[in-house]
Amino acid sequence: MVIECKHVWDYISDYIDGSLSAETKDLVQRHLENCEICSAILDSTRNIVVLTADDQVFELPLGFSERLHARLAAEIGQADTSR
Amino acid sequence: MGVELSVRDEPGMIAAILAGDREQYHELIRPYERSVFKMALSFMKNEADAEDVAQEAFLKAFRKLADYRGQAKFSTWLISITLNEARGRLRRQATVRMESLDESPEECGHISPALLRDWREVPSEALERKEVRQMLQDAIANLSPLYRDVLLLRDVEEFSIDETATALAITTGTVKVRLHRARMMMQKELAPKLKNASPRRRWFEWS
Repeated sequence: MVIECKHVWDYISDYIDGSLSAETKDLVQRHLENCEICSAILDSTRNIVVLTADDQVFELPLGFSERLHARLAAEIGQADTSR
Repeated sequence: MGVELSVRDEPGMIAAILAGDREQYHELIRPYERSVFKMALSFMKNEADAEDVAQEAFLKAFRKLADYRGQAKFSTWLISITLNEARGRLRRQATVRMESLDESPEECGHISPALLRDWREVPSEALERKEVRQMLQDAIANLSPLYRDVLLLRDVEEFSIDETATALAITTGTVKVRLHRARMMMQKELAPKLKNASPRRRWFEWS
């Protein structure tokens, strides 16, 4: 069985997560071997997923931690709602 | 979100805090500062508001700690609180804008990816450049809320599919569908830009 590019696109996210059934994965893989456009779509999507997870994308502002703990100390210290 | 978790006894810390040892709350949340801030920033789009939302979320989590029953991981619970805090803040700031964003015309439609003939790996070193980081932040921020929430939890916070479903109170099937669309939207938006991002450095071109 051969599948078209459009159908391969539907499987890209699950393919990256490794959650396709063995049978579907095999179909997709065989398509990818012969289709440079779908391969480029898979590679670019996977690349973007990796970059998105990188800690550098969202950096903590300077002094974030100090300000947070100072505020917590101030409010937790005096708050006494439960006792 | 796997920082130092192996040596941490979170249920024990939480029990101690609830029993009155409030100081321990500082240690409990330390590994999650970045995650909570990332979540807040992708909603608020500016660092000052994001920092404020993050602080409020940590305070709210402290006040509601007695409600945490350990049914989900503490990190999952904490991120849910952050999500609600950020959503609430946005709603108060711009009700009209949120409503228009909440409509998701593409929920049923097919998203076509950007078509490329080849792809040269963009290495993580590219993120040292501010404009590349900004490109990614903007692409995430511009997703409609349904897709942004799933992508944030799964691909930014690196939650599992199950944890994402729990945090958003939706099924794993819905998570997968929305994640797929979100990733395709990211690819469509970013692939052409990233491809041109390093025109002078041609990775692996000698092959």
